[in-house]
Amino acid sequence: MLELGEDEKAKYPFMADAGKYLKEQGFTLEQFGTDPDLIPIVEKAYTRIHAACEMNKDYESEIIQNQVSNTGSLPREVFSFLLSIVLLKLTGIPTLARRFALSESMRAEGFLTKDLKNISSDENELPIKIIEDLFSIKIKKQGDFFIIPVVDYIKHSVHFHEREWKLVNRHVENGFVYLKADKMVRLFRIELGKYINSKISSGKKPSMIPGFEDIVERLISYSKKFQSSFVTTGEYPPCIKHAIEVLEKGENLPHSGRFMLATFLLSKEQSVEQIAPLFKNAPDYNERVTLYQLNHLAGTSGSGTQYSCPSCEKLNTQNLCFATSECDNIINPLQFGKKRK
Amino acid sequence: MQAAEINFLEDSFKKYYFEHFDLIRVPERTSEREFGYQKFNSGMTRHIQIKDDKELHLLFMQNVPSDVYCSNAYYTFPNLPMNEKDWKGADLIFDIDAKDLNLPCREIHTVSICNECNNVSKNSIQCSKCNSTKLEKKSLPCKNCIDASKTEVLKLSEVLVDDLAVTKENIQVYFSGNEGFHVYVYNSQFQEIGSRERSELADYISLRGAIPETFGMRKFKQDRTAFPDFDEKGWQGRFAKQVFGSKSKRSKIITELLANSYSSFQKTLDNVSENIGVKIDPNVTIDIHRIFRLPGSINSKSGLVKIFCENLFKFDPYVEASFLNNDSVEVIANCPIEFKLKNKKFGPYNNEKVSIPTFAAVYMICKKLAKIA
Ligand code: SF4
Ligand SMILES: [Zn+2]
Ligand SMILES: [Zn+2]
Repeated sequence: MLELGEDEKAKYPFMADAGKYLKEQGFTLEQFGTDPDLIPIVEKAYTRIHAACEMNKDYESEIIQNQVSNTGSLPREVFSFLLSIVLLKLTGIPTLARRFALSESMRAEGFLTKDLKNISSDENELPIKIIEDLFSIKIKKQGDFFIIPVVDYIKHSVHFHEREWKLVNRHVENGFVYLKADKMVRLFRIELGKYINSKISSGKKPSMIPGFEDIVERLISYSKKFQSSFVTTGEYPPCIKHAIEVLEKGENLPHSGRFMLATFLLSKEQSVEQIAPLFKNAPDYNERVTLYQLNHLAGTSGSGTQYSCPSCEKLNTQNLCFATSECDNIINPLQFGKKRK
Repeated sequence: MQAAEINFLEDSFKKYYFEHFDLIRVPERTSEREFGYQKFNSGMTRHIQIKDDKELHLLFMQNVPSDVYCSNAYYTFPNLPMNEKDWKGADLIFDIDAKDLNLPCREIHTVSICNECNNVSKNSIQCSKCNSTKLEKKSLPCKNCIDASKTEVLKLSEVLVDDLAVTKENIQVYFSGNEGFHVYVYNSQFQEIGSRERSELADYISLRGAIPETFGMRKFKQDRTAFPDFDEKGWQGRFAKQVFGSKSKRSKIITELLANSYSSFQKTLDNVSENIGVKIDPNVTIDIHRIFRLPGSINSKSGLVKIFCENLFKFDPYVEASFLNNDSVEVIANCPIEFKLKNKKFGPYNNEKVSIPTFAAVYMICKKLAKIA
């Protein structure tokens, strides 16, 4: 873990070790549910989640001019973030977590851009270290630009669909891509969101903290707003329906999810041409690559081997299984709906 | 192909492999590669793991393959089916083929073989004998084709070295054995990236997908200083050299560009990319599971060898890639176009019986333009 200054903890609260921070400040989580002086901070966390999910900028941060405004505000900033994480864990609704993570990452992006712009040429400065720490990528300052190895750039830029992000539209020299501070930080938005999301979704769901029940209830009913109205026919198993939903919303489906979906549909005798449009909404859609990959899976190119749909067990370990009672007793999604005795 | 031709080709190939095994270049990390081969008139055998030269030699001697392939990828288990191989990485690879260069000479040295009556005629859309439109095209690439392909290889090397920091020693150029070149890149930062990322590299190298802003043209708030400088690195500099021609003309041309519309700039840009972008086949570069003709092996489309080019500038495939012997053979040749091999001219032949050296006979038989007499 990086050693962070006070301002940095407020700006990048996801970098702080939550347990350690609470202890240092002399608090336990339970206190926040009962101590009347602390309850407003839980309320503040609720507001923070709400504002994040609405994607609105007017969450009242106490950070002004890239610094914490006064002494009391630092702990409030960090606590409200840590409590947001706890609340989201207790609520257990992925949509809320994703929206929160994305919005928090955009907020941090703003701070990180400003901090990056302000550094001298010293490579050991904090913003550069944060990027190195979170994404294992070493960027360097060069004149007005920041440079990143081409390979690291494309690994991230392929997730963008604006043409501006294509490598061909960047200045490339001697194995490096040249970017201004804002673009450099923007490059990591998705990863930063994932990182924050992992703080929420990793580990077991904690048991309810007395005093938090109400707010968790409020979050659950608030989340109904984001429930998808998408309907699929009964013939597809929940894992497949879920993957289709994710794609239709234009969200990112991990590689393993795409593999499952494609191999499933190919086994159902759908053609590569029928399946390809499904991926059109994905943030990193590329027609040439999609067709290549589908043909590869279908065995119509190269090896000639058709890939088969992974087992339910495998999908479960990849967090792609959303089993319902209808999945009873099957070991592969392809068996879904076929009666088995 | 009939048995007589197959026997003849197999004998000639076997002799080559026996005498010139030293020309076979086994890639590094041999045992992590997937090998495959084909025999005349039969399908592909893939998913073969080869430990060393000795095993490879055995494969050649036992099977007398028409073509041998090796993956640019390396796997933990190259002999298992594709989805169990465990892909670990792949050398970057580029295919430059004369047939993709839209050269005007191509028309002249392409022949059409009728699938119905086997009649051979100069390039046409219909058989001159039976009017069938089921024609197979064979090209006998000329010097111009080879030179144009070389130019693309040089352009490619420049981008690889200057922009992508590949060292010269890690670039290896091979004549493909037929109409172009295969360029291998070893030990680059790109060994472990997948298709999606390789597609970005391919677009970069061929200057595809560029937007006007990248080269200084804006829709609003135009700015003269945004246009690239003559000495700039990367595509910006190459663009400047191509479009401005000389430093002194830069200013005048920028004024012209600004006076024209944004959309006409996009057209200029498309033109520039057609001219200076490197003409690689993107589908080859993005394919990370493909097997490629093994360096040093014979290409059965021509009987020429996929050979390493020490000196690309001087390289002449029709001298340096032709390794078969001079023993003379009698063939019925039906080749309406003249060609040159090992500095000797052959053809045109009009369905006639001729006695020619083995290397020339093999070339024509591989192109389906001759039969054993
Ligand atoms: S049990 Fe199998 S079919 Fe059902 S959701 Fe999970 S993976 Fe899909
Ligand atoms: Zn005919
Ligand atoms: Zn030509």
